[in-house]
Amino acid sequence: MNDDVVVPAKSPRRMAYERFVSHRGAVVGVFVLTILVVFVALSPFTARYGVNEAVQAPPNYFLSPRANAWLGTDDIGRDLYSRLIYGVRVSLVIGFFSAVISVFLGCLIGAVAGFRGGMFDDIIMRITDLFLAFPFLVTLLVMRNMLGAITWLRPITGDLSSVRFIIVLFAIFGWMSVARIVRGQVLALKEREFIEAARAVGASRWYIVRRHLLPNSIGPIMVALTFSVVGAILSESTLAFFGYGPQAGAGATSLGILVGQAKGAVNTGFWWLAVFPCLALVIIALSINFIGDALRDATDPRMVKDA
Amino acid sequence: MLKYVVRRLAWSIPTLCFVTFLVYVALRIGTNPVESYKRINPRASPEKIAQYIDVNGLDPNYVRGYFRWLVNFITLDWPRSIKGSREVAPALKDALANTLRLGTAASVVGITVGLLLGIFAALRPGGRRDVAVNTAAFVGISIPPYVSAILFQLFFAVYWSRWFGSTLFPTSGVYPPGQTGFNLGLMIRHMVLPTMVVAIQIIAVYARYMRSSLLDVLSSEYMRTARSKGISERRVLFKHGLRNALIPVVTIAALDVGSIVGGLIITENIFSYPGMGKYFLSAFGEGDFPLLMPWMVLIVFSVLLFNLLADVSYAWLDPRIRLE
Repeated sequence: MNDDVVVPAKSPRRMAYERFVSHRGAVVGVFVLTILVVFVALSPFTARYGVNEAVQAPPNYFLSPRANAWLGTDDIGRDLYSRLIYGVRVSLVIGFFSAVISVFLGCLIGAVAGFRGGMFDDIIMRITDLFLAFPFLVTLLVMRNMLGAITWLRPITGDLSSVRFIIVLFAIFGWMSVARIVRGQVLALKEREFIEAARAVGASRWYIVRRHLLPNSIGPIMVALTFSVVGAILSESTLAFFGYGPQAGAGATSLGILVGQAKGAVNTGFWWLAVFPCLALVIIALSINFIGDALRDATDPRMVKDA
Repeated sequence: MLKYVVRRLAWSIPTLCFVTFLVYVALRIGTNPVESYKRINPRASPEKIAQYIDVNGLDPNYVRGYFRWLVNFITLDWPRSIKGSREVAPALKDALANTLRLGTAASVVGITVGLLLGIFAALRPGGRRDVAVNTAAFVGISIPPYVSAILFQLFFAVYWSRWFGSTLFPTSGVYPPGQTGFNLGLMIRHMVLPTMVVAIQIIAVYARYMRSSLLDVLSSEYMRTARSKGISERRVLFKHGLRNALIPVVTIAALDVGSIVGGLIITENIFSYPGMGKYFLSAFGEGDFPLLMPWMVLIVFSVLLFNLLADVSYAWLDPRIRLE
């Protein structure tokens, strides 16, 4: 029996997990987001009033925070706390679905562009450069109106003011930054020996992409996914803030709509209408940003903790 | 180098044409200029409408219409706006001047503070101040401009005057209503809040860039070589460290102009600041095609220009890069 020093074996996954957990902000972020998701999922129990329900008989408008309306009421007497829960629900749905769709499209297009090269790659990357260099809000607004005006797209996109339309719109944009990242990964990976080995034993291109390239890029893809979620939530808020967001059903709401209402409340000094929606938006964005940052540290094995 | 720049410039003309064509088509589909004209001028005669279609290049055939528009645009025969029938060029010029002023102020403040914070953080990586700067930068990135704008407005427009009895920073416009003529003091006071809102974003982004860029440089071989040659620590840091760390930052600064414009659009609109952003959003809301197209050309042009500047500055600053 030799007395070698026993090095506890750590799987890469275990190491990534440990690196993730050492990022304090991300742990707090996961915690906050979990609470939020639970709150939103249980909205029939956690929300105290319906979307359009007034907290009391008039006069009930612009009430400051009090016992029967924890965060105050808005211009027609609806409870801000309950509306925040409904608003966060819409925003999280938009963030999640548009991120998943755009990451899926981005992986597909980026992988093909990187693997194939040639004309397809050139054209895709030119388009991406073009769109990403433009002021985001301008592109989004122009594309929004254009998509909304094309009638034969209506079955896919839904109505101009629906949540589905916003998700489709964000997915059409979102894939580009993801495709750029995945393409870079694929270009770096495809010269490696194990890809050559796979090709030598006769693996098809699609098989190599599916079984080797994408799994090996999972770290950057996960990071891109989290940042797409934040991007979509913030973009939805921006659009809604300027009145171009979703208006799903009468009185339905979103974080952007609530922040937009704050605009009108500022000069009259109804601070709760401005502070609470803004705070909710910033907390969500910050939590997801922290998680993305920690994921980047955790999944990049070259990353040396520069401490 | 010169050859490269000339070739890039030559290429940028067809690019500009192609991109403006795309914008032209997108705007025509999206805002339907003929319909918005009829909506705003419900009693326009058919001759008026025909004339409007002619001067704006709104031929049903997109390609023919685009060239008609292009010829009018180049010969400076710009059509008047739909709403109010205003001259477009003076309005655009005023908006551009106001935005350049705000954008320059915000960029100078933002980049300077951001770079300093980045350096400050990178000198003691992992230390308390590094963590503080990093966290602050993250908070800055997570705060959209309209949120900080609203909170500033709430504080300065409502509570400051309520508590102290006077207005410190006005929250809208360039001058108070009724003010005529130039007044630097008033102008600066009106610009403080919008500048701060845009600068917060810039600071957050640049502090992070600068930090990681400087950390890269500090751990490089040539830094060790410089130190081992006995050069003083200060000289190593400034001559070898900072100069090299700035190279990628300069490039990113040039590429980042799109996002600064985006921040400006939002900020201007909230502070009723009469710049390019306010111009765009009001023209877009009206579907005012004659106002929108020159604006778009200007934006496309500046994006292409700054892209070129990014590439050239990179090659110029970094001797390892050779442009072909």
